[in-house]
Amino acid sequence: MLKTLLSGDMPRAPILSALLVVILICLALAPFLFPGVRSVDTAARICIFIVLVASYDLLLGYGGIVSFAHTMFFGLGAYGVALASTHLGRGFDSLLIGTLGGAAVAATLALVIGLFSLRVRAIFFAMITLAVASAVAVLVSQLSGLTGGEDGLSFKIPRALGPAFKFADGEIFGVKANGKLLKYYLIFGACLILFLLMLRIVNSPFGRVLQSIRENDFRAEAIGYRVVHYRVAATCLSAAIAACAGALYAIWLRYVGPDTTLSMEIMIDILLMVVIGGMGTMYGAVIGATLFVLAQNYLQNLLSLAGDSVATLPLLPDLLNADRWLLWLGVLFILSVYFFPTGIVGRLRNN
Amino acid sequence: MSAAPEHAPTMARLSVGQRLGPYAPVLLLAAIMAIGHLAIPATSSWLTLTLSGLAMGMMIFIMASGLTLVFGLMDVINFGHGAFVSVGAFVGVSFLLLLEHMSGASSLTLNLTALMVAIVGAMAATGLMGWAFERVIVKPVYGHHLKQILVTMGGLIVVEQLIIVLWGPEEIYITRPESLKGAITFAGAALEKYRLVAVGIGIVVFLAMRWTLRRTKIGLIVRAGVENGEMVMALGYNLRLVFIGVFVAGSALAGLGGVLWGLYQEVVTAHMGNQTMILVFIVVIIGGLGSVEGCFIGALMVGLLQNYVAFLEPKAALISNIALMVAILMWRPMGMIPVVKAK
Repeated sequence: MLKTLLSGDMPRAPILSALLVVILICLALAPFLFPGVRSVDTAARICIFIVLVASYDLLLGYGGIVSFAHTMFFGLGAYGVALASTHLGRGFDSLLIGTLGGAAVAATLALVIGLFSLRVRAIFFAMITLAVASAVAVLVSQLSGLTGGEDGLSFKIPRALGPAFKFADGEIFGVKANGKLLKYYLIFGACLILFLLMLRIVNSPFGRVLQSIRENDFRAEAIGYRVVHYRVAATCLSAAIAACAGALYAIWLRYVGPDTTLSMEIMIDILLMVVIGGMGTMYGAVIGATLFVLAQNYLQNLLSLAGDSVATLPLLPDLLNADRWLLWLGVLFILSVYFFPTGIVGRLRNN
Repeated sequence: MSAAPEHAPTMARLSVGQRLGPYAPVLLLAAIMAIGHLAIPATSSWLTLTLSGLAMGMMIFIMASGLTLVFGLMDVINFGHGAFVSVGAFVGVSFLLLLEHMSGASSLTLNLTALMVAIVGAMAATGLMGWAFERVIVKPVYGHHLKQILVTMGGLIVVEQLIIVLWGPEEIYITRPESLKGAITFAGAALEKYRLVAVGIGIVVFLAMRWTLRRTKIGLIVRAGVENGEMVMALGYNLRLVFIGVFVAGSALAGLGGVLWGLYQEVVTAHMGNQTMILVFIVVIIGGLGSVEGCFIGALMVGLLQNYVAFLEPKAALISNIALMVAILMWRPMGMIPVVKAK
């Protein structure tokens, strides 16, 4: 049963299995285990980023293609939901239409970019996605009539997902039985399904071909697989799933804006999560996203403590400033590409 | 004895299309200028826009040339190239601020001296940094594109953050040297002096680079290395050393581009390098990765198109460059002047 659910791709390491189970339980019971607005918000962010990072890993770790447009696809889904909810009125049908529309646009755009760049050289893809993604980000902030520009869009989600909606009287284990709880479980369930779906994809024959292309594209072509078709298909799939993650993020925040969905910073975050967690394995996305989001929310405080403790020394306080944590992540990122290219999961599996 | 088979060789001239093929990129550039003139009827505005387009193109070329050569020579793609642009701009601006009494004086000689000091300082700093970058970041990941992209992107993040640590998070506003402010009037068009200087520097850099690549021994080795590196190494040249030289030179040029770009925008930020990299990538792709001439023509095209379109329809400026890239990739998938690898 478990094996079917995980598509035969077991964690294959005791510590890793334990970690995954702990993460699953914590996320599944987050509203009860960690009541409080901030911690539930963190849990939802972790769920969504696991899907987003896993969809990026589908491209980077399995396909061996570097894309810098993943936030663009993420944003397309988010803006799809926001626009549908604004123009079609609040309701589950507009959420669905927005999600599907965003995913379709993302997949189409990925198809076009993929056909243009991947047929020549896989390395073009990285550069072209970087250019297209920044152009789209600029465009979104300029077309303020449609997208709300820099301010973004706030929109209404169905009443059943709001805090004012009570689906039962009183409390369940000390947690108010309101729409917010439903919304968390909607996000959690959708993320779980998407994650298992991706696990299914990478362990299918299609996933195997992708891996063989990553290892040696020339040989894969010689064996008879159309490398370009597989790479483009992986790009489209990954874009569509990223758009779904974006739609979930928009539903959770009830807001979209360039900073929350399209910015280069999020792209760098995704890269860091994939590399630190472990490229080429879906579980790497789980570990990477969880660690990173937790660190983002709680480690920055620690860093500012460290900064305060050396306040009298020259330069060091600046280096340890909480705003400079990207610096240390960058160093960590370079070191992990050199020394742990398989990330945390690869390490755990080797031991 | 049987008769010779019937065959009538013809000495057909190459068709016009075939003869024009090699010049197509240059013609396309001229076509963009001509179409720009048709779309912008007022000659004075067209002249102003053309000059600023050329100036922008020259600066992008200066930044992009190192990147394209580094790729051609060693198949190394440096996503951290933008870091050199930012560092060059910050070092140059710091020198200019130090020499404010010189750049603020109303003497052309003093102004140019201050500018030269800033440029040389910035190029030295970024050249040195390029050397360190090559040693520390790029060297361990030769022949591995995926890791190169990731690691150099990491390097970019670290350098951007270090700039913020050293110079502070605020953007720095800078005024141009006194005698480079303002504009001269030519045929009713206001031509900014600074843009003329930028175009001049760009042409000098391009000619110097062309001369080095075509007329010197080191240029010969570099060109041969781009075409077939293994053969050059087999002939006994230390291509690694040449490569480090090219990397350092490319980084120094990126620093020069950073100073020029910073003075052009009159403001420098830690992220400016990464922002210009978008145009730089478009340019190296449409020019053909590894080709300096292609990079030059591509940069001018992008600069001109950006300025014309920004004048006609501001919101479409960035999209126009993407459209140009798409059109050129449809026409020549390897870029306008593809580099032929003898492998």
